[in-house]
Amino acid sequence: MMHIISALVENKFGAFNRVVTMFSAKGYNIHSISIGETEDPTVSRMTIVTEGEDKVIEQIVKQLNRLIDTIKIIDMTNQPKVQRELMLITVSYQKGTRSEIIDICEIFRGNVVDINNRTIMLEITGPPDKIDAAINVLEPFGIKEIARSGTVVLRRGEQIRKLPKEYESDHKKINGDKK
Amino acid sequence: MNTKKNKMSGADIFFECLKREGVEYIFGYPGGAVLPIYEKLYDIDFLKHILVRHEQGATHMAEGYSRATGKVGVVLVTSGPGATNTVTGITNAYMDSVPIVVFTGQVPTHLIGNDAFQEADICGITRPITKHNFLVRDISELASTIHQAFYIASTGRPGPVVVDLPKNVMNSITEFNYPDKIELRGYKPKVFGHQNQIKKAAMMLQKAKRPLLYVGGGVIMSGGNRELYLLAKENNLPVTMTLQGLGAFPGTDPQSLGMLGMHGTYWANQAVNHCDLLISLGARFDDRVTGKIETFARNAYKIHVDIDPTCIDKNVVVDLPIVGDVKHVMAELASEITRKPDLDEWWEQINKWKSECPLEYDMSDGRLRAQFVIEKLSELTKGEAVVVTDVGQNQMWTAQYYKFNHPRSHITSGGLGTMGFALPASIGVAFAVKDRPVISISGDGGFQMNIQELVTAVYYKLPIKIILLNNSFLGMVRQWQELFHAEKYSFTDLSDGNPDFVKVAEAFGVKAYSTDSPHNVEHLLREILDYNDGPVMVEFKVAKEDMVFPIVPAGASISDMIIRRLDPKEMV
Ligand SMILES: Cc1ncc(C[n+]2csc(CCOP(=O)(O)OP(=O)(O)O)c2C)c(N)n1
Ligand SMILES: [Mg+2]
Repeated sequence: MMHIISALVENKFGAFNRVVTMFSAKGYNIHSISIGETEDPTVSRMTIVTEGEDKVIEQIVKQLNRLIDTIKIIDMTNQPKVQRELMLITVSYQKGTRSEIIDICEIFRGNVVDINNRTIMLEITGPPDKIDAAINVLEPFGIKEIARSGTVVLRRGEQIRKLPKEYESDHKKINGDKK
Repeated sequence: MNTKKNKMSGADIFFECLKREGVEYIFGYPGGAVLPIYEKLYDIDFLKHILVRHEQGATHMAEGYSRATGKVGVVLVTSGPGATNTVTGITNAYMDSVPIVVFTGQVPTHLIGNDAFQEADICGITRPITKHNFLVRDISELASTIHQAFYIASTGRPGPVVVDLPKNVMNSITEFNYPDKIELRGYKPKVFGHQNQIKKAAMMLQKAKRPLLYVGGGVIMSGGNRELYLLAKENNLPVTMTLQGLGAFPGTDPQSLGMLGMHGTYWANQAVNHCDLLISLGARFDDRVTGKIETFARNAYKIHVDIDPTCIDKNVVVDLPIVGDVKHVMAELASEITRKPDLDEWWEQINKWKSECPLEYDMSDGRLRAQFVIEKLSELTKGEAVVVTDVGQNQMWTAQYYKFNHPRSHITSGGLGTMGFALPASIGVAFAVKDRPVISISGDGGFQMNIQELVTAVYYKLPIKIILLNNSFLGMVRQWQELFHAEKYSFTDLSDGNPDFVKVAEAFGVKAYSTDSPHNVEHLLREILDYNDGPVMVEFKVAKEDMVFPIVPAGASISDMIIRRLDPKEMV
């Protein structure tokens, strides 16, 4: 099963590398990975989409926690969350098909970001299944190139990083242990 | 914050930090990138630099020193080849969770990435084999980085840390600030186990009819041997140990079942098979211990105490995990037990297994056997020596036949199985241990890896007693060839290739003896134990085709152990 793991890591030389090295050293696969700064410039957020049985995912989370440069690891899979991915996709068009492609783009609430006399580039964002659906629909026109950013997620309704470990149990008491 | 206002060079700061960390020895080898450090070292007297003959030797020495003392071992090497030569030793320390800090020189920061002379990306190379590593890019980070390196190496589940030091950083100047406190928001090792979990464990223990303590190197690392002793003695519990756990509980105590696993005793493995409660203390369910996972201790409720959460449920899914320092957890567990389990029947069963299949070897043909040598050594030293072993049959026979009575007395390469470990590691031990004999045991194959460190032992007049068990074979590999690979002794026969070991030793300045007769064993062992004028070696020429028994074939259930070589008479 696919899991989405959100990792807050030190924004330091080598930290990203350490995470990726752990995955390859232990033989875990990475479906997608994205990284960027957070509201605190000393912290980066990595969002890793990986696949494995529960036991494997549990090991991945523990192994990530064990790295010195990781600050907090959350398996977001079953959390209330907003999940997005950005895709740039270049599609060929013929005389009659250009407006059809632009229609599709609108249905997916995308933008046309580049065009020349043979191809058109679209920008589409959304959850990964929406991106997959867009690719499927555009396939028959002739896809030239795709770039996907990888998934990013945030938990709904709270800022995870502002919640140090010590307060976690209090937090649970207040909010009730969500099961 | 310490705010002395004097300016210091990177190299000065380096030594000031080592002083504050209480470093006594550096095992090192100089080169271009560390020249600024060696320049300062010339006038340093608060620590001793030990000049090795190969950087791999330095890492094993640091590991030997650390394992004998519990302190952090320190290595200093140059960039490029100096750094890459440490890779095996670092991996060895990583696999066996030994705290060492390896300082590597690096080309100046402006040349990094340019394929400069003797540049190697040692941080990239060692990322998967270190607990953590650092490249110090600016002198302002130097002191805090060194402080963190020692802290990370020695706390939690210990392990090696690499600190890469570019040459220009060592030459630059700054104010010295030594942080008193370390704040690492991503690293907070947990010491105390969960109270309720410990209570549950105590409950299970009181109910158990056939409990077993399965003890690993973690108990020794945590300094918990005393707590283990009390827990086991007060409740009459049987104790079996892993290769790295040997010495955590006295081998001569009747409650010790010896080692378990692939070459474990019959009765220890039987106890694992039949126990109804298995308490793992600082051990990691390694495949050499468990054999086939599905059948390992299949009747038992399993409790796993470990400081490293990644160890729990990694190989074997346990019923009750307790994350914490095993020393504390054992003490608390002992204090929670109010009613001692009645184990008379269980002990009767274990003792029956013990008498059914004792460890044995056959010397009736008059030829010398390694087991005999180790048994004699154990007798003569009364289990009081520090014994460092190499890898192969020599290692397993020592584990089986030497009765270790103290922690930090059995030092061997377990996780990685690095041939060539024993000699340099014993050198590191000999710097730390002065009141007990230090014995280094190797096979004829492994002795030739890192044999160059004989010079180091001679130069520093270290009274190491080297026992060479020469079976003219890569014996352990030969054993597998005989048992599992159609007796094709492919490239394991060393009889024509081996040098005259006595001459080699003498050329290095080591006093050396050799024998192939069982009658000479005792007096030669006495001879080397009494010899104190530097290192001394004795070569025992032992039977070539002998094998380590019992053996659980890799991946088999431990109940499928092979007890001894089939006698041709039995085979009809
Ligand atoms: C560096 C290294 N290379 C290869 C091996 C594989 N190996 C394991 S045991 C062994 C044989 C060791 O022979 P020897 O040192 O003579 O010891 P013996 O088993 O004969 O006691 C070998 C080659 C290893 N463990 N380490
Ligand atoms: Mg041999």
